[in-house]
Amino acid sequence: MGIRFVLLVNKQGQTRLAQYYEYLTLHERRALEGEIVRKCLARNEHHCSFIEHRNYKVVYRRYASLFFLVGVDNDENELAILEFIHLLVETMDRHFGNVCELDIMFHLEKAHFMLEEMVMNGCIVETSKSNILAPIQLMDKAS
Amino acid sequence: MIRAIRACKTAAEERGVVRKECAAIRAAISENDPDYRHRNLAKLMFIHMLGYPTHFGQMECLKLIASAGFPEKRIGYLGLMLLLDERQEVLMLVTNSLKQDLNHSNQYIVGLAICALGNICSAEMARDLAPEVERLFQTRDPNIKKKAALCSIRIIRKVPDLSENFMSPAASLLKEKHHGVLIAGVQLCTELCKASAEALDYLRKNCTEVLVRILKDVSNSPYAPEYDIAGITDPFLHIRVLRLMRTLGQGDADSSDFMNDILAQVATKTESNKNAGNAILYECVETIMGIEATSGLRVLAINILGRFLSNRDNNIRYVALNILMKAIAVDAQAVQRHRATILECVKDSDASIRKRALELVFLLVNDTNVKPITKDLIEYLEVSDQEFKGDLTVKICLIVEKFSHEKLWYIDQMLKVLIEAGNFVKDEIWHALVVVISNAPDLHGYTVRSLYKALQNSCEQESLVRVAVWCIGEYGELLINNVGVLDVEEPITVTESDAVDVVEISLKRHSSDITTRAMSLIALLKLSSRFPPCSERIREIIIQQKGSLVLELQQRSLEFNAIIQKHQNIKSSLVERMPVLEESAYHNKKAASAPGNLSEGKTRQATAAASLKLPNGVAKTPAAPLVDLLDLNSDDIPQPSSSGGDFLHDLLGIGLAPSPSSAGGGAMSSSGVDALLDLLSIGETPVQNDLLASNIVSTSQDKLPSISPLERLSSVSSPVSLQSTGAAPVVDLLGSLSTNSSAPADGSSVYPSIVAYQSDSLKIMFSFSKQPGNPQTTVIQATYTNMSSNVYTDFLFQAAVPKFVQLKLDPGSSNILPSSGNGSITQRMVITNTQHGQRALAMRLRISYKVDNQDKMEQGQVNNFPAGL
Repeated sequence: MGIRFVLLVNKQGQTRLAQYYEYLTLHERRALEGEIVRKCLARNEHHCSFIEHRNYKVVYRRYASLFFLVGVDNDENELAILEFIHLLVETMDRHFGNVCELDIMFHLEKAHFMLEEMVMNGCIVETSKSNILAPIQLMDKAS
Repeated sequence: MIRAIRACKTAAEERGVVRKECAAIRAAISENDPDYRHRNLAKLMFIHMLGYPTHFGQMECLKLIASAGFPEKRIGYLGLMLLLDERQEVLMLVTNSLKQDLNHSNQYIVGLAICALGNICSAEMARDLAPEVERLFQTRDPNIKKKAALCSIRIIRKVPDLSENFMSPAASLLKEKHHGVLIAGVQLCTELCKASAEALDYLRKNCTEVLVRILKDVSNSPYAPEYDIAGITDPFLHIRVLRLMRTLGQGDADSSDFMNDILAQVATKTESNKNAGNAILYECVETIMGIEATSGLRVLAINILGRFLSNRDNNIRYVALNILMKAIAVDAQAVQRHRATILECVKDSDASIRKRALELVFLLVNDTNVKPITKDLIEYLEVSDQEFKGDLTVKICLIVEKFSHEKLWYIDQMLKVLIEAGNFVKDEIWHALVVVISNAPDLHGYTVRSLYKALQNSCEQESLVRVAVWCIGEYGELLINNVGVLDVEEPITVTESDAVDVVEISLKRHSSDITTRAMSLIALLKLSSRFPPCSERIREIIIQQKGSLVLELQQRSLEFNAIIQKHQNIKSSLVERMPVLEESAYHNKKAASAPGNLSEGKTRQATAAASLKLPNGVAKTPAAPLVDLLDLNSDDIPQPSSSGGDFLHDLLGIGLAPSPSSAGGGAMSSSGVDALLDLLSIGETPVQNDLLASNIVSTSQDKLPSISPLERLSSVSSPVSLQSTGAAPVVDLLGSLSTNSSAPADGSSVYPSIVAYQSDSLKIMFSFSKQPGNPQTTVIQATYTNMSSNVYTDFLFQAAVPKFVQLKLDPGSSNILPSSGNGSITQRMVITNTQHGQRALAMRLRISYKVDNQDKMEQGQVNNFPAGL
């Protein structure tokens, strides 16, 4: 399936955005987030951006105080996912203008829309920034 | 609200705020206020993200979806995807709205609906809505097309038989120009290939050329600002196409041939100084390894990997290690060339890289390079950090065990590991070491001296202490007399009291656990016979433990004390060296315990009433059987001295514990052993004899592993001949040892064998034997014979009995049943009829096996048990 989940977590370990592409119960989600975040926070920038957790890999990247975590299958191309994270950040940047944690918190639904345009059912759908943002801008105009 | 939550400093405060908000939202829902509905839902999403239950908002989602405006719908669908999952019944209600929206005139609404469908649809929805999705392939809007493609991925995954319908639309998607549609189409094709072989063939024929062209176009295309990432046009598309190529080219020379050129081009031309480029190279190398590529291309790929491996960026190195694991199957020689670099990676500071590298090294080890690699790894073990030591130790032990050609080398390496990381060594590994040591008589002296030296330097490693104590106990005199000195070792002088000191320290060390202490006690007992001058001192050390709170230690201490004090004459024969532990027998047991556990699980299901115990804890401590012997002989003491009745009670307590009802694991074998001896030593008191006999029967099954050593020991202790079949010999022993007791020799009455089950191809015979003094329990030896001309594999016999009967099923002698009656499987089971004499036995059978890999099953019922069982 490729991508299993996308998580945005800040340095304090609070979840800022979570999207799962497979079903987990609430309890499992919390446990999973806790475990992964603890693992990530323990690493420094000299370490590589991949950790193996249970039966899948987590690719993570840190932007200022925000961690972007993407859980993928074991045979997924890690470097490509790393690039995907960057694309996601650039897309958010273009929309919010230098995106920060607060932007995502207060416009959670927009962040979700963007992610939805990019990833569907764990597969990457769209990689062009303007294509991703078109429907969102349209909605902004309408409201 | 978000601001309020953010302001919360503690989790309790946050919970309070969330609760208040949830109440407000609930109120709003009941008021049915359409204006605030979508805002409420947005809040709910936030609450959901924080990990609070939000099920009450699910109906709101549905209402929003059903509403007309786009923003409402938008939020509704988002909520649907986040708050709901495919298992919930509410989802059924959405199907209709989805269907309507899929047919909506506004393309954005269609897009929303299809996106939601792709994320959450269940199998039923997939069936219902597949025609709609298929139709959407025909639309001209690329946004809808790509989403339809991805949606069908989900549909295929849920309902694989629908994949036929999507084959030709998928292929036509690849002819599009729009990148989004292409990437979705490529992914759909990949999924189709996984779902059905038919689709794989179809796509192989029709799409290979197209794919090559797409890849050529993207990799040669001029600068395209929309899709450009670090100077490369749409790396994501590259990667997906390469991945599909891998699926198509796997095991197919023709299509692989097609791809060779373009792969070579991608592999050589892609820039490798940016992450995006490396991602493509990585995928490309993987594809080259996956398909039937030419040798030149493979060399190219391995070279790229070499470059990756020497890269300074950790991410790239990680990826390189990862792919080398796959490459090793294709071209082991080429991977060997990078061995030095990989070994360096094991020592990296990054845990992920270390783990990968270690796994890779493990695969790389062969007969020729095992010595340098082990040396290197053990050296690294000294400096590695704590969390990693566990993994590393396990791997080193596996390597050493797998490639040990000389015992000296094996022992040497294992000692080094024990010294460095004894705490991480698993029990079975040092058990194996002890077996090897006992099998190498010429190395006994060397080993015990090395261990003694090691123990002087570090006694923090539990496993090291155990092995050392065991060896000193067994081969103490070799330590003192410098027997069998090898050329390489330095001579040392150890006095008898030095040796005793070492064991004493390990006995009294606070960090020692019970097993180590118990082993120390045995070692001391043995030393007392080897070094007569120290005997008195050893007795004092032993007697100090009589106040131990741990029953095991207390008991040992008292009994050993009695032996030293009162039985000087038999002591020396009692504590003779352990007979050589048979290597092959040990390995067989190890192997048997693994499948045994499996069949245990299966049998459990079938015979819920019956509890089954298997020799899990194979040879818990090698010394344990010895204890048996000691106790057997201490029989001529009227009672195990001191605290008398109460103590005896305690022992009985243990004896009762392993009754068939307690589902025992590894612990059983040890406590079973002890219980047995206790019972034997109490064998004097004739009153309890009958009662005890039943315990013996139940414990002796747990004791199978230790019976064989017992058997060997019997030559020392008594002339009784033991068979390793199970309980009977133990009872014999008891009978012959408890001289002045009324031997429980009521003799087992003979029952005729029966044919328990017969079909045209399979025959099952039961033969019965009774335990003397225990009429309730019957041992059944089942013999399976195969009369057909086909071999049965995976043969599994299962039995169920009425509630008043307890059944224990031991593992069968094999799971392969040869054809035409040319052999048979035997299986032993023990049946306890709790209503003996009142109700007759009955049994239901189920036999499953495979003939030519086809599962077969037979069932039957046994009602013809001989009367009186």
